[in-house]
Amino acid sequence: MTTKTKKTTVVEKKLISLADIVIHAADRSKDPMFQIPIRALSNVFFNEKKGLIEMGSKKQERSFFNVGMAKRFMQTVLVADALSELQRADLTTSLREIYYRTKHTIKDSHENTFDAQDESDPVIEDLEVSLATLREELHVSAENRGSIVGPVVFGDDGDRVDCSKLGKGGYSVPSIVEPEYLEIRRCTADFVLLVEKGTQWNRLSEDKFWRRYNCILLTGNGQPPRGVRRLACRLHEEHRLPVYVLVDNDPWGYYIYSVVKQGSINLAFESQRMAIPKAKFVGLSSADPERYELPRNVGIKLNEKDIARAKELLNYQWFQKPAWQVEIKRMLASGLKYELDALANKDFQYLTKKYLPRKLKEKDWLD
Amino acid sequence: MAQKKESASDPESKSSAPRSNHEPAAKTKAAAKSVERVTAVEMGARQREISVSEFFTKNRHLLGFDNPRKALLTCVKEAVDNALDACEEAGILPDVTVKLEVASNGEPVAPSQASRFRVTVTDNGPGIVRQQIPRIFAKLLYGSKFHRLRMSRGQQGIGISAAGMYGQLTTGKPVKIISRIGPKAAAHFFEVQIDTKKNEPLVHENKQIDWEQPRGTQVTLEVEGKYQKGRASVDEWLEQTSIANPHVRLIYHTPEKETKEYPRTYHELPPQPREIKPHPYGIEFGMLLKMLQDTKSHSVSGLLATDFCRVSPQMADEICKAAKVSPDAKPRELKGPVAETLYKTLQETKIMAPPTNCISPIGEKAILSGLYKQIKGEFYTAVSRPPAVYRGNPFIIEAGLAYGNRPGDHNKPQQPAMPKAEGEHEEEDSELARVIRYANRVPLLYQQSACSTFKAVLSTSWKNYGLTQSRGALPGGPMVIFVHMASVWVPFTSESKEAIADYDEIQKEITLALRECGRRLGLFIRRRERAASEFRRRNIFELYIEEVVDACNRLKGGTLPKEKLKAQLQKIAATRTGGQKTDQALGKTSTGPEGLPHSIIVTAEGVEGETELATRVEADQATAAPMAESDLLDSTRSVDGPALKGESTKGTGVKTSPKRTTTKSEQIALVAGRPGAKKKSDGKSLKPMKAPGPRKPK
Repeated sequence: MTTKTKKTTVVEKKLISLADIVIHAADRSKDPMFQIPIRALSNVFFNEKKGLIEMGSKKQERSFFNVGMAKRFMQTVLVADALSELQRADLTTSLREIYYRTKHTIKDSHENTFDAQDESDPVIEDLEVSLATLREELHVSAENRGSIVGPVVFGDDGDRVDCSKLGKGGYSVPSIVEPEYLEIRRCTADFVLLVEKGTQWNRLSEDKFWRRYNCILLTGNGQPPRGVRRLACRLHEEHRLPVYVLVDNDPWGYYIYSVVKQGSINLAFESQRMAIPKAKFVGLSSADPERYELPRNVGIKLNEKDIARAKELLNYQWFQKPAWQVEIKRMLASGLKYELDALANKDFQYLTKKYLPRKLKEKDWLD
Repeated sequence: MAQKKESASDPESKSSAPRSNHEPAAKTKAAAKSVERVTAVEMGARQREISVSEFFTKNRHLLGFDNPRKALLTCVKEAVDNALDACEEAGILPDVTVKLEVASNGEPVAPSQASRFRVTVTDNGPGIVRQQIPRIFAKLLYGSKFHRLRMSRGQQGIGISAAGMYGQLTTGKPVKIISRIGPKAAAHFFEVQIDTKKNEPLVHENKQIDWEQPRGTQVTLEVEGKYQKGRASVDEWLEQTSIANPHVRLIYHTPEKETKEYPRTYHELPPQPREIKPHPYGIEFGMLLKMLQDTKSHSVSGLLATDFCRVSPQMADEICKAAKVSPDAKPRELKGPVAETLYKTLQETKIMAPPTNCISPIGEKAILSGLYKQIKGEFYTAVSRPPAVYRGNPFIIEAGLAYGNRPGDHNKPQQPAMPKAEGEHEEEDSELARVIRYANRVPLLYQQSACSTFKAVLSTSWKNYGLTQSRGALPGGPMVIFVHMASVWVPFTSESKEAIADYDEIQKEITLALRECGRRLGLFIRRRERAASEFRRRNIFELYIEEVVDACNRLKGGTLPKEKLKAQLQKIAATRTGGQKTDQALGKTSTGPEGLPHSIIVTAEGVEGETELATRVEADQATAAPMAESDLLDSTRSVDGPALKGESTKGTGVKTSPKRTTTKSEQIALVAGRPGAKKKSDGKSLKPMKAPGPRKPK
């Protein structure tokens, strides 16, 4: 707990430093300016050695006396103020509450400080990056999205949570899973299976797949939120568990896998903490329909967006491995995508009883 | 007056009578072949002359009496046109009073429900000599204007007598006239009606009376009508009349018993237009034949030289030579092919354009003052084109623009700042420009889309001048486009004078005038946008500085010297936004609209451009206020103080917004609150009137 309070002050100091920038610039009659690392494809590179997407050193300047940036600048200071309020009160809140907290109508005008949440969210990310703090350290949580079940025991706010005794619903992964918030007390699993879809996670959980294969089942209901990614990363790093990713066979599934493995473009600054370079892609692969004799009629035609996205993926540095080029091109050539759920065409328990056992047995995965 | 007497010899016998004799003759033959039962003799017994009055009784729509609403307007229009023409011809600055009253028998009826109105138009003109009164008001096609080529509002001598006839037809009431030709002469009162069969006046009453006016004419008509405000209403027509005739003082008593005053803001009479002879290019063959018969000259060359304009005796001889006609030939003996050759030669000979002193344009200054007086905008400009000619008729096109919302009318900070919820946005105005059209200073309210002026407005690419414009539509934005055609003969598309016919020459001139207006507007808009964006910049910073300082203060735990930081940041903001340069762009330092002749620009700081004109207009409107007050005294309403006077004349304005306060220092706002400046109901007018003073927040 002592570490926690110490960190808070560090973060708060960092936030206060923004006010200092304004004050110092004003003293010298200079335009106050924040340096914010750019969060875009142009400023990330793939570190092949580490297998991570890392953020480059490009920075954008956000200055106050520039018509295009003035509002953003003002918003940044407002959010910083709200965040420091959280620090002082030692509260954790959501992105949406930050939006409401900082929203008001500017005096003598019709103008609101923020018109919608999509204006305040990026500002928070800007602050994370430029102050080199984590969102958790800023006491801002995302939604609690994601579930875990398996032979693992957590300590959460002093409560013992045994994930093998939580029925088929499992434990809802908190948004912040840093050691000071969530303690991994015991873990006897052999590997982690991260499933894209909640429905398939339910299937595996109901079938007690985790018990038979002694694994941890994790899902993020779509693109896994930070908590799920961070937790998978911790299990991987702290307990040396291999991580397998099970997603739909479409460009978005591939990307989810790549985010788990190498990190995302937007949060490249957190790759170090979140990415699992050794994660493996178990499926659904574009080779599976043939190998597992899925009928063509359970496929879905790739739409224009899918095709465009797939072509983008082909160009990403971290998809340059020959096997991956083959995988994506094979999907494009077939013109079809497959959902995990399509396996139910063969049998309701096909995933649990046939597909995964065979995959694991054959070590049929992509790196 | 001499002209009038000449034409007194029943004009209709020339036009309608001969025709009615020829046509049936042909018909009878045809009828005899197929139908045996009716003999030519029997039919002949039924054939008789149709009087022009009878004709128009049945075809009143041709004269603008199609429906009760339009009829009411036509009556006002004809009476006012006559009054203005008379005043101007006599060299008198016109003071015209228009009074509309509900004529109910017995119970009072609301103006919007009433179907019968009494229209009274009084002028301070020269008056009419006693003997002429019955014929002028109760005989169709009787007047001084038809037979001469000279610019005037009326052209045919039908208008006022047709209005009288319409009244007689719908209410049975005679036209009442009071006229006095000078303080020493007696005032005469007449009640006249038309004998529609003979097209001759019937005098019901004729007596001398006491009249408070030393000189002038008053006409009272009782007609069936409908009073409805808005587009193409009497109110709109009078307002537009006042714009194009700023030398007129117009007082309007509405049926709702309000008084609107349109003060005189231009103190010079328009120059007297001269009468001209026809130009050879402007006549048709038949017309030439008639001239050959009617001329007083004894030789063809004499006729050419004296009866046409721009033909010298020398040129007349040359034309005769070219047409192989002896210059000394007797005009009456020129017939058939010879006359035709002469006509063709006339058309082919290069002849100087007709003189233009027969038309008197309104003038750029007068248009400006008219627009400035009636329309609240930020930018005004006016263009008078040089004279041009269509079909031998000289004409002048004038165009003007009033653009924008007057500052103070919609200054954002003055409106209550209502916090906006997520998903709410500022509404954007999608208002289209309004075109006001004039022919010889008379507003044209109907058939806009058939009018040459309107077509020219549509075909102008307003996008080039910084406005929005959808294909084939009017430009967008708060704007009034003014187009005036002055000519000795305005080519209307119909007798009811509603739209100007589409001659290429006319269209071209209108387009050129509009382009020049547009060019100036474009300069203004660009300049203003530059200034506005600078202003916005400064404004943005000022808004945000407060926020940033507050947030920094909280970050620093409330220990910050806030005022110091604020001052520092504001100083940076001022230097960053171009300081003086912005002031200049905002028009704070510059002396006038650069490169924008004949324009007025109104900013929150004041007026620039033709400032003299603008202040003059304001002064006139200011002096008009007390007058309006005295007008009001007889009505039941009481008024608090002089500052409110101007508004009280607006009538409903007083009732609906009693909390309005006008500070004298706000010059512009004061103008905005001027008498009669705006009809309230007209949705198309620039901006509904807003309270000029700061509003009370809720």
